[in-house]
Amino acid sequence: MNAPLISLQNVGKKYQQLAALESISMTLNQGEVLGLFGHNGAGKTTMMKLILGVISPDSGSVDVMGMAPDSKEAWHSRTKIGYLPENVSFYEQLTGLEVLTYFAKLKGYNKKTAIALLEQVGIAHAMKRQVKTYSKGMRQRLGLAQAFIGEPKLLLLDEPTVGLDPIATADFYRTVDQLKSNGSSVILCSHVLPGVEQHIDRAMILSAGKVLAAGTIPELRKHANLPVKIKPKGLNGAVSSDPKLNLFLTSELEQQTLFVPEQDKLSTLKQLLSYDAMEDIQVESANLEQLYQHYLSQKSAAFNGEKL
Amino acid sequence: MKQIFNVALKEFQDGLRNRWLVSITIIFTILSLGLTYFGGAASGSIGIASLSTTIASLASLAVFLIPLIALLISYDSFVGEQESGTLLLLLTYPLSKSQLLLGKFFGQGAIIALAILLGFGTSAVLLFMQVDNSQVLSSFALFIFSAILLGLSFTAIAYLISLSVSEKSKAAGFALITWFVFALVFDLALLALLVGIDNGLSQQGLTQVMLLNPADIFRLVNLSGLDSSDVNGAVAIAINSSLSQTTLISSMFAWVIVPLSLAIFILKKKTL
Repeated sequence: MNAPLISLQNVGKKYQQLAALESISMTLNQGEVLGLFGHNGAGKTTMMKLILGVISPDSGSVDVMGMAPDSKEAWHSRTKIGYLPENVSFYEQLTGLEVLTYFAKLKGYNKKTAIALLEQVGIAHAMKRQVKTYSKGMRQRLGLAQAFIGEPKLLLLDEPTVGLDPIATADFYRTVDQLKSNGSSVILCSHVLPGVEQHIDRAMILSAGKVLAAGTIPELRKHANLPVKIKPKGLNGAVSSDPKLNLFLTSELEQQTLFVPEQDKLSTLKQLLSYDAMEDIQVESANLEQLYQHYLSQKSAAFNGEKL
Repeated sequence: MKQIFNVALKEFQDGLRNRWLVSITIIFTILSLGLTYFGGAASGSIGIASLSTTIASLASLAVFLIPLIALLISYDSFVGEQESGTLLLLLTYPLSKSQLLLGKFFGQGAIIALAILLGFGTSAVLLFMQVDNSQVLSSFALFIFSAILLGLSFTAIAYLISLSVSEKSKAAGFALITWFVFALVFDLALLALLVGIDNGLSQQGLTQVMLLNPADIFRLVNLSGLDSSDVNGAVAIAINSSLSQTTLISSMFAWVIVPLSLAIFILKKKTL
């Protein structure tokens, strides 16, 4: 097993009085995609800056590709790192191609690379136009093209799908999957990304500079112990008269929906399938958004408990 | 070195795209032609004025315009990129902070230098064709050279401003104040000092103080060789001083290099 691509150990970072990050530890292996979630000011961007070597940690150690990213030795490995900042607006007066050529040259590539990347993100038709004429989505694609320069070994993407339409979002995830299968590691950073679950290997939820939860999505689901939603159709009251099933009719708003703990899921489904009258069935496990809300509300509950 | 060139090229491209180069070149050309041909109008004659009058009026014009333009081009170089997020992005590239700053300096400096050369060079060539006096070329060469240094020094000062504030609007305000102080207030204060306080400042002392203002050094460089009847203000008194052109030119260089090094130092300390 190779050494992890990134490893953070007890990393802390303070801005004046404010602790942006407190004793964060994590590792990221080659070819792994990590989703980093948290509300504004949770420390996502600070963590990215530490990994990029733009700022140095106040305590603990950061190690990227075997080096401290803020050291001189790490200089050349910067070519292998791609970054998309959260809020970036590129030079408005220049054309898309000029902007990307500039960034490509700074990484040691040329105009050809820039044109190929613009084709990859689907804005090659507009590359001769000034960036100020671009829509939000096109600017975001230009930013992504910039992050993809030189097939990076490590990609850090801050809110990558903001402003992208569903097709562009799907294109984006396809590129992420492709980079991953080529052995690149990716950190996706977001408030919550709809539909991101199947593209990430692990998730990490940050709040106020601390890790609230980290692990694969099934692990998080298990730990959170959120019920599975089951919606049978066409049973007309048979559920509420079944003693095995009516236990799970806990919601007053959704009277026909069963909220079943993960471990009772299969037995409940079998019971439901024994009814011939059933026309259709929907099974929904807790999604990332619900997990995220669960962990955040757990934290604020704990916080209120402390205060009392 | 290659990285510096890449940044410089992009800044130059930006300057072309913003029409900075074209517009300043036109402004310089019109003003310098106007002053060359009609500079004597005040004394009742139309036509080419004497060389010393021309240079004197060009210098007193340039001393206001060039710092203003240099500050305008460069005041948002860093604070602007910081606001748009590209500064953070650039710092994650294999590009050092000093490479970035020097690249910007060469790119934007090239815009100003080229505009000065083209704008004032035209009058020099036209004047030379009409009077056929080799002194025209040497005077103009000195004028253009020192004007470029003046522009570069204010570009470096603009970087200092751009790196010290966190908002573009503040940078614009400080740039304007800086211009006002160096172009106007400084000279007025010197005059007040000379007139108001007896023996407050010797001629030697006055010249020394003038070295604290790149705009005044520029005046001294261009006016010291001229008839003092064409010169007025505090400079007229300082003109007969003992400072050599070499000292003056090297102090102008210092006014480029010191703010530039200071700007690199601030950028290196800066956290994003």
